[in-house]
Amino acid sequence: MDTENILEIIKRSDKNRGAIIAILEEIQATYTYLPEAALRLVAEETGHSLTDIYGVATFYKAFSLKPRGKHCISVCLGTACHVRGAQAIVDEFKYELKIAPGGTTPDNEISLETVNCLGACALGPTVVADGHYFPHVTKGEVREIIARTKEEMEKINTETDDRIFRLPLSCPLCKASLMDPDHPLDGHPSVRIDVSANGRKNPLRLSSLYGSGAVAMEDPVPLNQVSPLFCPHCDEELPSFSICPECGSPMAALLVRAGCAWEICTRRGCRGHLLNLNQINLS
Amino acid sequence: MINLTLNGLSISVEKGTTILEAARFYGFPIPTLCHKEGLTPYGACRLCVVEIGKGPGAKLVSSCTYPVEEGMMVRTASERVLRARRMIIELLLASCPQSKTIQDIASRHNVRQQRFRQEHEDCILCGLCVRMCKEQMMAGAIGFRGRGQNRSIGTPFDIRSDVCRLCGGCIEVCPACQARCTYNEPEKAVCGGCANLSPPCIEKEQFHDMMCYMSPCVACEAKK
Ligand code: FES
Ligand code: FES
Repeated sequence: MDTENILEIIKRSDKNRGAIIAILEEIQATYTYLPEAALRLVAEETGHSLTDIYGVATFYKAFSLKPRGKHCISVCLGTACHVRGAQAIVDEFKYELKIAPGGTTPDNEISLETVNCLGACALGPTVVADGHYFPHVTKGEVREIIARTKEEMEKINTETDDRIFRLPLSCPLCKASLMDPDHPLDGHPSVRIDVSANGRKNPLRLSSLYGSGAVAMEDPVPLNQVSPLFCPHCDEELPSFSICPECGSPMAALLVRAGCAWEICTRRGCRGHLLNLNQINLS
Repeated sequence: MINLTLNGLSISVEKGTTILEAARFYGFPIPTLCHKEGLTPYGACRLCVVEIGKGPGAKLVSSCTYPVEEGMMVRTASERVLRARRMIIELLLASCPQSKTIQDIASRHNVRQQRFRQEHEDCILCGLCVRMCKEQMMAGAIGFRGRGQNRSIGTPFDIRSDVCRLCGGCIEVCPACQARCTYNEPEKAVCGGCANLSPPCIEKEQFHDMMCYMSPCVACEAKK
């Protein structure tokens, strides 16, 4: 556990009682659980007693005081899923993973959980693995879900996925092309822009496939940091028209064709992106 | 000042007073368990229920947490209140029969049976100790943990707290563990031994300095 990092998280948030949950959520997102030392630090820094913090941390099921696995599989045991045989799915997961709900595999890969309704009852029995919904799960699919969870749900097959298409991009200000054929990403020329972080500008390469989200950086920007993006040709900051629908950080626009922009979130690690087809006034 | 009717009596009390305070001021007794002067009301035990409003809109509220309102109609001992209160006492007995405080309350309210599955909890989660520790002892060493079935009171991580000064304030206020009451018919779980006492042996309604299990019960002796 890194004290600096936690202090940073606390510094960023309010200190009032209502902000405790937000702070704990962020710590949990970084460490997959709430380490004891972190809770003590939160108590010290926010001025609330450790009992209050501990009370909040143990009240919500979303918080865990034990380390959790890299991936999380939640099986719904809500009423609708239950009548459609969710218990058998849980048993199958228990058998395959050799852990009970609430437990984590010894290799720290997968945590298994049961939840009471995911709000998708029509899809029941529902299983959610790392935020991805699997509808109408049968016992036979359990193995496959585990396998897919292990090999990174986020990885998208750029060859076959029809949500993926390629876009040639240029700077919305000087209109110079940003394509960089010398450094391909996802098998296509990458998009080269500059990111200003750690006190200097560094090249940042994005996949030109819309939806792929692959990036390459020479000097990695710390996770969750929002940093301005620049055009390497005119050295101007890329304009922002929207805020990220995923996290609310400002987005940066790249020109697709006159008046149409591909916007990406400027927060490192956020995959928020959108295609802005409004007539954008760039002057 | 706020004007309201309390058991048919028109009264006026300062704004911000709770129903409990108003009723006690005007001499209407309301039993309490989780309420203690000097600690913020918490409303955990519901023993202090009263009925407010009239007709079909009447509802039961906990008087220790409910501030008075203009024109409010309060009944502290209506049939409905008494029924609810007896039920609450039964439930308290079901979870913590060894508590003398609860047994005394049961005797005082003429509760002679307990119809629920008997448990022998040592905590009723009234939160008195938590408030005592935080508000009077300024320590905040113990608190509520978990939720629902798993709710409990204790120190964070179940290790000795470094802010606890071992003052004993929590034990002092605890209604469940401070004085143990052994009841003579465990399967019934309502002792009521002391309620059988009648003058001149002992002044009625003075259960609190009687520890019926310490010396042979006078009432039992008399029966022989
Ligand atoms: S019951 Fe499973 S999603 Fe609602
Ligand atoms: S005394 Fe009012 S709820 Fe306990």
